[in-house]
Amino acid sequence: MFRYFIIRILRALLTVALVVTFAFIVLRLSGDPAYSIMGDNASPEALAAFRKEWGLDQPLWNQYLHYFAAIVHGELGQSMRGGGPALDLVLSRIPATLMLTLPALLMKLAIGIPAGIYAALHRDSLIDRAVMVTAVAGYSVPSFVLGLALVQLLAIWLAWLPTGGAGSPLHLILPIVTLGVGGAAVLARFVRSAMLEVLGQPYIRTANAKGIPWTAVVRDHALPNAAIPTVTIVGFMVGNLIAGSVVVESVFSWPGVGNLLVVSVAARDLSVVQCILLLVAAAMVLSNLVVDFLYGFLDPRLSNDNTAGRH
Amino acid sequence: MTVQHPIPAAPASKIPATLSPGRLLTIENLTVGFNGVRVLRGIDLTLARGEALGVVGESGSGKSVTWLAALGLLPKTAEVSGSVRLDEDELLGLHASRLNRVRGGRVAMIFQDPSSALNPVIRIGRQIGEVLARHQGMSGASVRAEAKRLFDLVGLPDSARRIDAYPHELSGGQNQRVMIAMALAGKPDVLIADEPTTALDATIQAQILDLLTTIRKETGMALVLISHDLGVVSETCERIMVMYAGGIVETAPSNLIFETPRHPYTQGLLAAVPPFEGAVERLVPIEGQVPHPANMPTGCAFAPRCSRHMSECEKIVPPLKSIAAGRASACLAEEGAQAERHSSPIKSMSA
Ligand SMILES: Nc1ncnc2c1ncn2[C@@H]1O[C@H](COP(=O)(O)OP(=O)(O)OP(=O)(O)O)[C@@H](O)[C@H]1O
Ligand code: SF4
Ligand SMILES: [Mg+2]
Repeated sequence: MFRYFIIRILRALLTVALVVTFAFIVLRLSGDPAYSIMGDNASPEALAAFRKEWGLDQPLWNQYLHYFAAIVHGELGQSMRGGGPALDLVLSRIPATLMLTLPALLMKLAIGIPAGIYAALHRDSLIDRAVMVTAVAGYSVPSFVLGLALVQLLAIWLAWLPTGGAGSPLHLILPIVTLGVGGAAVLARFVRSAMLEVLGQPYIRTANAKGIPWTAVVRDHALPNAAIPTVTIVGFMVGNLIAGSVVVESVFSWPGVGNLLVVSVAARDLSVVQCILLLVAAAMVLSNLVVDFLYGFLDPRLSNDNTAGRH
Repeated sequence: MTVQHPIPAAPASKIPATLSPGRLLTIENLTVGFNGVRVLRGIDLTLARGEALGVVGESGSGKSVTWLAALGLLPKTAEVSGSVRLDEDELLGLHASRLNRVRGGRVAMIFQDPSSALNPVIRIGRQIGEVLARHQGMSGASVRAEAKRLFDLVGLPDSARRIDAYPHELSGGQNQRVMIAMALAGKPDVLIADEPTTALDATIQAQILDLLTTIRKETGMALVLISHDLGVVSETCERIMVMYAGGIVETAPSNLIFETPRHPYTQGLLAAVPPFEGAVERLVPIEGQVPHPANMPTGCAFAPRCSRHMSECEKIVPPLKSIAAGRASACLAEEGAQAERHSSPIKSMSA
């Protein structure tokens, strides 16, 4: 059990290190920062001074070590556009993003999981079909299309809600619903198929043969098994809390991380872009780690490598 | 299915004398269809209290479906008709809450692959505890004590510690012991064992069968033992029922089925080996294929593979008729069957 978790933690750290390295390579490949920051018309002396200041005249491995050490100390560079540390800028946008993504996550869970379970338990019923049609629709309509359609309907025609921006709780509704619908659809489909898979297993027949009431069979025997694969996809959604709303933030001009990313990419504010990428990667890795822990907790077959007692 | 068994001198056990006589379970004209295709074509049988009935037949002959249908364990899409009575109580169509008092209580069932028949994420002590709570009304510490007692009874080593084990921590044989303990937890009148040893290796197989026989003697419960293997059932059971393509073709006391198999299909099962010497128990392949349920012959289902088949065999479905005390066979050529019993009725043997 202990070994299982140690291995997962080491793997998570390694993943982050790989992402950091990857970011370094991409940044170096994207051109000489001296040119992109000082501009093409800068004098050779100015360029050399810039390179010296930022350590770009050092050997590559040396640069890499410095870069790595800086990141370990949380130094992610300065924003070109706004001045100030890139990290501070990104962190200042996170609450706005979470204000959308957290309620959207709750909406996905609260709708997707019960709908999936219900559909599986009433397979091929009218409600199952309705859930699946809705799910496929919610899943295949891109979020910007859904967002724009909702804006058209509720903000422009009916004028019940603002078209975009921030400021009041009403501004939250459309972006949250836009984010939540697709995720709920994905989750409903996933949970349904996980449940169907589990309900076909021999141990469900055994539970029925034991005379256990169906509700208890579902609750005690089916759900704990169906939860195991479901944790993976929910973990992915959690890991996506920071980065999952880029499109929606743009559609609704919401001042979150996603919006910052779009603007920074356009302005080639590379340290901000890099900072966002690293945070997103860290969030993914962290949620993956939590998923691994939950797996070990939900599935005794994984966390227990001691099968010495069998013969 | 190539494990050899010693020939039993006589059926391994007798009906316990202390039991009240009479029928325990009656099945009448039980049919099962899936998507309009009939896979079980009218089964009639009775099971006496304490009796051990062996059910044999090739894969797909309907052995499992019969008993799953009887207990309402088939998928909802299955079309089931006929009658299944436990004493006088009809089980088919019974409301789930009443049926759940029978399942796991008066009638228990265990399955082929014990490792997948147990829930992988629940400790075995809790899995057996569910039966004790539901059918014995136990709770708290008495559940644990009784679970341990049952695990000891079925010979699960180190039972006190194993109560908290998960199925993957046990071997297949140990898991089948857990399944048997779980079946016994409801103090059943009949245990239906659907190929309980097929997934286990030979020594474990023999141990599990011995265990079933011992338990039956001690508790007086009836046993339905389903198997591909005529040897397995004849050692453990008093009476054998042979199934073919969704119907019963012959029933007989288990010693007689070897001496005088009456139905051409049963004879085919035994024919490759000379009777009265050597291992006669193995099912040997019979030339031809089992007909697919979707295009069953109009008359006798065995006709395409039967050397004795006559023109009426293609028109009339042979009914299961009593041919002697305790014996029945479903064959139109029944009169001629006895004289030729030592010659193979099969066109040609592929083994
Ligand atoms: N859930 C199901 N859906 C559709 N067809 C089924 C289902 N269960 C069984 N059948 C069909 O019913 C027939 C009888 O199956 P059954 O499982 O009773 O055979 P069996 O004698 O137990 O065979 P085996 O020795 O392989 O266990 C087969 O043709 C099988 O394909
Ligand atoms: S009824 Fe005819 S075809 Fe069927 S087993 Fe008897 S002789 Fe053979
Ligand atoms: Mg079967």
